[in-house]
Amino acid sequence: MISLTRCYRFPAAHVLAIPTASDAENLRLYGKCANPGGHGHDYGVEITVAGPLDLRTGRVIDPARLDAIFEERVAGRLSHRMLNELPLFADRDLVPTAENIARVVFEELAGPVAASGLARLRRVRVLETRRNSFVYGEME
Amino acid sequence: MVRLTRAIEFSTSLRCARPDLSAAENERLYGPDARQHGHNYRLEVTLRGDPDARTGMVIDLKEVQEILDREIMERFDHRDLNRDTPYFEKQAPTHEHFARVIERILLAALPAGSLDRIRLQPEADTWVEIVLPAAGGGGA
Repeated sequence: MISLTRCYRFPAAHVLAIPTASDAENLRLYGKCANPGGHGHDYGVEITVAGPLDLRTGRVIDPARLDAIFEERVAGRLSHRMLNELPLFADRDLVPTAENIARVVFEELAGPVAASGLARLRRVRVLETRRNSFVYGEME
Repeated sequence: MVRLTRAIEFSTSLRCARPDLSAAENERLYGPDARQHGHNYRLEVTLRGDPDARTGMVIDLKEVQEILDREIMERFDHRDLNRDTPYFEKQAPTHEHFARVIERILLAALPAGSLDRIRLQPEADTWVEIVLPAAGGGGA
């Protein structure tokens, strides 16, 4: 198996709080991450795609194409936003934890990556802080 | 089973261009990578095995380093992939193709069954990984 991983960044704000729960309950669940005013991170995202080499180019995927997909589907929508307000999260009752960010990013990228050729999205890793990172998809 | 990883770094120049294509066609396929440029490559080589009952080692790291020096550093460090190596006469030295070349060289040089994966990182934000199937099938 051969895979290509490429790293991206986007800064965004979020609040970890379930809209239907009380402030006290959210504080119990999420601690200081539930601060109603919100907080933010400069999210790092590692995108791993795998597949057979394109016989013509010798590449898994055109990195410029991957950049364009990431810009269109993720950075263009999540960068410099309050994530809780975005339909991607709000319409699905998803609290924008880093786990759910990894899942949403995976779901947004999987289709366009598959449509671009033979490569398939394997894994999305979200680095929220230097201490916390989250993986959605295949681990190996 | 234990995995152990040793990393080396080398500096190499290259041009992502297929000899059978015109300059314009290579530029269209590979963009600025079709021109002569270079990278500080980082290569992480992961080996797997059961620690030897007497030494407690999967493999002697000195032996690994000697193999990496002889097979990788001497071949590629401060050289030009297109001009100074025989591997890219018919294929462009994309990250993926270069990783395949390194995989073949290391498979021939390392003890049978010991190579687990390689990660070739040409830039801080991009890397290619090849994971070898587990012995006896299965696959990782």
